[in-house]
This record gives sequence, C-alpha cells and structure tokens, in this order.
Amino acid sequence: MHAWTQDAACRKESGLFGRTRPGLTAAGNAAANAEFPRRTALSPRDEDRAMRSGTGTELAGRKELAFGRYLTLVPSSVMLGVFFLIPFALILAVSVAHKTEGGDFIFGFTTAHYERFFSGLYIGRAVFSTVTALSVSVLTLLIAFPFTYMLTRFTRRNRTLWLIYILAQLSLSEVLIAFGWQVLFSSTAGLSYILVLLGIADKPFPMAPGLGAVITALVYLALPFAVLLLYPALSRIDKSYMEASQTMGASPVRTFFNVVVPIARPALISTGVTMFVLTLGAIITPQVLGRPAHWTLSVLIQDQAIFSANMPFAAALAVVLLILAGGVIALVSRLNRGNG
Amino acid sequence: MMRLIGQFYLLLFALFLVGPIVVIGGVSLNAKQRMSFPPDGIGIGWFVEIFANPEWSGALVNSLIIALCSAALAVLIALPIAYTAWKHGLRYAKALLALGIAPFILPPIILALAVLLFFTTIDFNGFMINVIIAHAIFLVALPLVTISLGLEGVDRSLMEAAQTMGADERTVFRTVIFPIAAPYAMAGFAFCFVLSLNEYIIALMTVGFTVETLPIKIFNALRYGYTPIIAAIAVMFLIINIVIFSLIARLGNLPRILGAFDE
Repeated sequence: MHAWTQDAACRKESGLFGRTRPGLTAAGNAAANAEFPRRTALSPRDEDRAMRSGTGTELAGRKELAFGRYLTLVPSSVMLGVFFLIPFALILAVSVAHKTEGGDFIFGFTTAHYERFFSGLYIGRAVFSTVTALSVSVLTLLIAFPFTYMLTRFTRRNRTLWLIYILAQLSLSEVLIAFGWQVLFSSTAGLSYILVLLGIADKPFPMAPGLGAVITALVYLALPFAVLLLYPALSRIDKSYMEASQTMGASPVRTFFNVVVPIARPALISTGVTMFVLTLGAIITPQVLGRPAHWTLSVLIQDQAIFSANMPFAAALAVVLLILAGGVIALVSRLNRGNG
Repeated sequence: MMRLIGQFYLLLFALFLVGPIVVIGGVSLNAKQRMSFPPDGIGIGWFVEIFANPEWSGALVNSLIIALCSAALAVLIALPIAYTAWKHGLRYAKALLALGIAPFILPPIILALAVLLFFTTIDFNGFMINVIIAHAIFLVALPLVTISLGLEGVDRSLMEAAQTMGADERTVFRTVIFPIAAPYAMAGFAFCFVLSLNEYIIALMTVGFTVETLPIKIFNALRYGYTPIIAAIAVMFLIINIVIFSLIARLGNLPRILGAFDE
C-alpha cells in the first residue's frame, strides 16, 4: 500500500517534468539542471529551502510531494494508532472503571482497584516481582558478561555459529524452556539423577516447584538476550586500549576489570535494565516451576483477566507493572546519561 | 592458570546453555510414554506423532499461518516508516519509529491485555486476524530496526550517481535501495516469523479459547501431565529456529544485523 502511494507521488512529479520537457530550450535545460539537486536525496532542510524559492506551480508540486510523504505513512500510523495507542489508552480507562457483577465493567471513575492493590497482598507481590527481577538481572549479567567478552575474540566463523545458536535458543518459546527445566528438576530425569550418580544424594528427588527452580529458569531465559545486548558494545571496544594496558604490564584479568568493564559500563547498565523488564514479563516460568507464592505481577494480571474475569483490577495491575518497568527504564537511562 | 579458569568457565556456560536442550532431545527420543532421561529405548515416534495427530498438526498449522501473516504485516508496517525516516528525515516518521519499538520493550502481558480489552470493547473476538494484528504490532520493532540498519548501509552517493544518470526516484528505489535493504527486510521478516511462532501470552489473551496455537496447546498439555511429544516439538522448533537464523547469516551479515562493529 505504501509503495503505491509513494509511486503515485513520484509519478505526479515526473509527469510534471514530462510536460515541460518537450519545449526545452538551452536556457530551459540549464534551469532543469539547476532544479536537479532538489530531486536528489538532500537533507530535508535543503528541500525546504528549495521549496520556498520555487515558483507557484513548483511550490504546489513540492507541497504535493511533501504531502505524499506523509501519505505513505498513513497505513502504518493507522495500524499503530488503532492497535497500540487506543488499546493502551483503554487499559488506563478500564483501570478506573466500575466492575459489575458477572465479570463485566462499565466506564466511570473509581480508585477502588488501585486501593485494592495498595491495601492487600498485591503490594507484596509487586515487591516480590521487583526483587526477583533484580536478582535475575544481576545473576544474568555476571554469567553473560565474561562469555560475551570471550565471544568477541572468537574467530568470525565460531562467533557466527554461537550467535545462531543463541538466537535460536532466545526465540524458543517460554513454554518450552519452562517445560525443559521441569523435566530437569523432576525426579525421573535430570539433575537429581546426576547427584545420585555422584553419590551426593541417595535417591532422585524433585527439585521443583520452588524459588530456586524459578530463578534458575529465569536466568536461563534471560541469558541469550543479555549476550546479544552486550555483544555490540563489547565488539566495538577499541582493541588498542587492551593492547596498551597489557603493554604496560597489566595481566589479562586486570585489563578486563580496569579497562573493559569501565568502558562497557553503560552497556552493562542498559542490559541490566532490559533483563529486569524481561524478567518482569516472564509469565509461564513462575506458574510451571513455582508455587502460587512465587507468582509475579505478569502472572497475576493474566490470572485476574482470564480466570477471575476482573478486567478493571487486571488493568490496574498492568498500569502498576507499566510504571514499574517504565520507571526503571527512565531512571536508569537518566543516571546513565548523567554519568556517561 | 587464568587460561584454564577461562576454559572451565566457558565449559560451564556451554553446559548450562546447551544441557537442558540435550536432555529435552533425549526425552524426545523415548520409545515409551515416559519422561525419562537417558531415553528408555530409542525411536522417532514422537516426531511422527506431531504430524500424524490432527490435534497437534492442527495447532502447528495455525501457528504457521499466524507467524507468516503477522511477519508479513509487520514488515509492511515497518517499511514506510523506516524508509521515510531515513530518506527524508521526517520528524513524524522518527516518532513513529520510536512508538513502534515500544510494544516489544514492555512486558508482553501489557500489550496482551490492551489488545484483549480493545477487541472485547469493539465486540470482535476470537478471530485469527486478531492475533495476527497483535503479533504484528508486538514484533514490528524488529523489521523497523533491521530495515533502518540496512538503509544506513546505502551509500547516498550511489543514489546521486543513479539520479545523475537519469533514474527517477522509483528507479533508484528499485535498482539501488531495494537490493541493499532487501536482505535486512528479510531478516526482519524472519525474526518476526520465529518469535510469533513461539509466542504464548498474546495469542492466549486474544484467541486462546477459539484458535489453538502450538505454544497454547503445549501449555494446556503440560497441565494434564506431559508426554515426550512436547520434547519432540521443542527439538523441532529449535531446529526451525537454527535453520532460519542460519539463512539470515548466509543472506546478510549476522554480526552487523545484531549491531556489532563491522571489521
């Protein structure tokens, strides 16, 4: 659709030129050449200047062209507006709507759902979600950072192979990851079986549900994302810094901590934030590997929306989650900018 | 000594990353309906079952249709935004670009709930098109980023050269911009396809009770006791993902798509 409108705009322009072309004199030719730069990809400001200096008809043509540019954006704007902005506004509206009997709601204004959040056990769930997400981010960064640093020093072929595998695992459904860990933590297959073989445990035992199981699977879920987010920053570090540090007699470990880590700090922080938000978004792992006490805000929103049919409360919880996620993103990006 | 510790860490990391997949792979080869590892007899019966059992193959077909359509839709939404933002530097296009990236960053449950509320309010519920649109909005960030990256790689002097030779804007797009940007658009399409195929919560909230996608079917199966068929699906999905990302790596420059400095 966009291509069509783009073409339409172009055709109009070339049509305009086509009409003047047959009667061109030498002077006309020169004029056409002088006009030519406007058709090349100049900066918008140049185009504006050309637009202002144009004659009446040209100005109309310019305006038409500029209008055409906005026209190409109409379908995309409609899609994002109707299916993202409006639904988003709807969450805000429903979070203050009145709940009716039978799981429905009518629009209005009440703070009852937010009061319920602040008075009940839900504030505790929010704190639990935050602490869990924080610990998962820190653990993930600790595990992922050294690996990503090593990855940037692999040969090109090995690097690409690792990246393909990490992307493939990253894309694997959370359902499947949670399932995999459920198998690993079960008593019939997996980890406890290894402990028996090693003589640490007497007989296989189930290791889930439990907080440890939830955290392990969440770290596993976040790990490929962390590697991919750290990778660009680490691959851009100028290798001569490291060489300089080692020429001065610093050991590789010291170079790593005194050169690499400080340079990569902004990337570490922004990756940490992304891991935090990602973990807040995890929805299956806490259900499959944890007890109800380990459910995070995302799970509670789903629970309220689908099983309790309480849309207004689900919406209020979603707003809380949005503020939590958005707040952390905004705060940390401000800190990052201030220090960087 | 340090080298040894490094190697040991690398081994542990690989074990943590790949270990669970190996166990799932082992379970998927079980001959009997038991979740045991090492497998209790070897067979590929569970892989055959995915296609033979209409319940599972139906869910697979649903997932594939949704993934193809939503990836195509996401690329169609992203292309004009990325193109106008790059070509004309329109502030409005840049704002749309930022807006398009937001759904992917936020916890998916928020978009899932928002879309559910929207479709309930307009009383248009449970159709496959709902989840196609929702996935396209959720994933539009990926083609936005890859196409923008691809366009950044277009040398503007090439375009000027083409225009000097008399090519109009359309011809320039077709002969200069498109060939360079197309692999990146394809990469964006592939990313969307793979992530849509594996997405659970948005699909559940939009069409969970009418259209069963594979992740939804798996989650439902998990609750009623599990079978090695789920492990077989996990292995199959991992293989699909690996094939698609290998294709991206072959078509374009994977490290560059992922934002690495290109040496």
